[in-house]
Amino acid sequence: MAAPPAAGAEFSLKATGQVARRQALSRFSRYVLLSATLFAVAVLVYLAYDVIQTGWSRITLDFFTNYPSRHPLQAGLRSSLLGWLWLMGAVIAMAIPLAVGTAIFIEEFAPRNWVTSLVRLNIANLAGVPSIIYGILGLAVFVRGFDIWGVTIIPALGPTILAGALTLTLMILPMTVIASVEAIRQVPPSIRDGSLALGATRWQTVWFHVLPGATPGIMTGIILAVARAAGETAALIMIGAFAFIAFDNTALNQSFTTVPIQIYNWTTLPQEDFRKNAAAGIIVLMVLIVGLNLIAVLIRERFRRT
Amino acid sequence: MPHERKSAYFLPALAALAALMALVGAACRADVGSDGVFPTPDTTGFDYRGLSGEVRVDGSSTVFPISQAVAEEFSKVARDVRANVALSGTGGGFEKFCRKDIQVSDASRPINQKEKDACAANGILNDDIVEIQVAIDALTVVVNPQNTWAKCLTTGQLQLAFKNGGATKWSDLDPSWPSDTIKFYHPGADSGTFDYFKEATGLRGKASNEPAHRSDGVASEDDNVLVQGIEGDKNALGYFGFAYYEEAGKKLTAAEIDGGNGCVAPSFEAALKGEYIPLSRPLLIYTTTTLLDDRDDVLGFVKFYVDNMNALAEEVGYISLPEDLLTAQKEKIEPFLP
Repeated sequence: MAAPPAAGAEFSLKATGQVARRQALSRFSRYVLLSATLFAVAVLVYLAYDVIQTGWSRITLDFFTNYPSRHPLQAGLRSSLLGWLWLMGAVIAMAIPLAVGTAIFIEEFAPRNWVTSLVRLNIANLAGVPSIIYGILGLAVFVRGFDIWGVTIIPALGPTILAGALTLTLMILPMTVIASVEAIRQVPPSIRDGSLALGATRWQTVWFHVLPGATPGIMTGIILAVARAAGETAALIMIGAFAFIAFDNTALNQSFTTVPIQIYNWTTLPQEDFRKNAAAGIIVLMVLIVGLNLIAVLIRERFRRT
Repeated sequence: MPHERKSAYFLPALAALAALMALVGAACRADVGSDGVFPTPDTTGFDYRGLSGEVRVDGSSTVFPISQAVAEEFSKVARDVRANVALSGTGGGFEKFCRKDIQVSDASRPINQKEKDACAANGILNDDIVEIQVAIDALTVVVNPQNTWAKCLTTGQLQLAFKNGGATKWSDLDPSWPSDTIKFYHPGADSGTFDYFKEATGLRGKASNEPAHRSDGVASEDDNVLVQGIEGDKNALGYFGFAYYEEAGKKLTAAEIDGGNGCVAPSFEAALKGEYIPLSRPLLIYTTTTLLDDRDDVLGFVKFYVDNMNALAEEVGYISLPEDLLTAQKEKIEPFLP
């Protein structure tokens, strides 16, 4: 039996020597990491504060219903917001089948050999290509059309919504494919094995068992990629979407502009009031992108529980 | 139960989405009122309401403010015409014009032979091209307000200053000026302003047997960058469009220009009288006789342009055409009108 500690020689958990040094380092690293986080948050809060303070007064109903104008106080987001909605709708409609199809083929159907490895490697590399490169590609292939030996492969689409949507779809394709591949890989092999063992074909297995399990991951990946396309400016300027538009888009074959381009346009104008419009446009764009991300979170939550 | 859980998340999201759609829907039906600044465009003698189609305008960023103003007002009277204006520079505009991608080309200099050849290769012959002058532009040479010496610059001094390997100190331009190093600011190589300055001061480069424009200054397509740079630098020397000076450049000092007949300050009056030489120039738009013949929407747009450009050019800071020159432009489209 150990004797109780004598008075004056209190039992202490205080570490000494090397243990104390390790614990001090641990506490220190905690504060370093905390300050790194706080720095990022502080910059973000400051940016948001600055933008809201500058632009909030311009957020009125008129700001949404007016076309752009040379008079800053009458200028609005109407045509750029509509163009943006058309563009995003078209991008989502094209990106989902392309990305999911590619990912299913790569993961479930393609043989594992050096060719498919090369394809995978290439997709991963494409994700790092700057957006302006996709803009140049879009200008050359979609806006001006693509001929091989006099045979038209892709007709010249002009600076239209369709050309813009195709360009952005190509731009986000690597990201969406990678996200879809990862999601499909998360589905346990035992589910596939079980399905195949019961006599289901490969397609039935994919359609009824793999895809439902992978949907939350796929949808989240695609919407996050679309959120990147939502703020894209450089590639769209390249294909000719930097324009004054004073009409409502009603079809995919029309000229268009988008909210980020409208914001950029306003920041280049000399009058001070246009800066306020730009700030107000940034507020709107932030809300739209947060909304997109929110939808991604909701979809993930919804499917995770089924 | 899991099912309650997910609907609790899902319904508010749907509601939010529906609210957004409703807002956009409301936006689509709302009417845009016109303002007091430009209340009644001249629409005499033409049925604008009956037009439909898409008119694409592209080209010079200098002409853009006028074309944008015209498109803005035109869209209010010709509701079914989708008029849009882009800006890819005078050269870029002509390229698209000759490819028939656009119907109207904005230009801050006349079309050159190379561009005419490119047009002809696509079936737009020289006789088909219609050139209309829409306004007069002037360049402004600016210095920092603390600069007390460079009040007036001759064309020769401008050439020496902006020549590749030219003056580096103020004293190189005039021995009585300080020997401080000059900091140069000028528009980027894609802008019509840059082209025009090179032409006016004889800095077009080797191909024209002239010295080249310097490339060691601060160059930007964004005039704001130039204004801010010159504002913060006592030894700055730069130039940009007169309209921009009127709008945002008043905090800078405009230098007078001596084109051979004494020092002239940049002003509307001087440019109009042709005294502010060599730094004032015509602004133009281009279209084709085929388009004016076949496309009522293009004809309507161009007619609206010509009828309203004087009021609008002045509003956006350019110099409008004198009466005789304006009449000459109107006559160019007269034969195509119904």
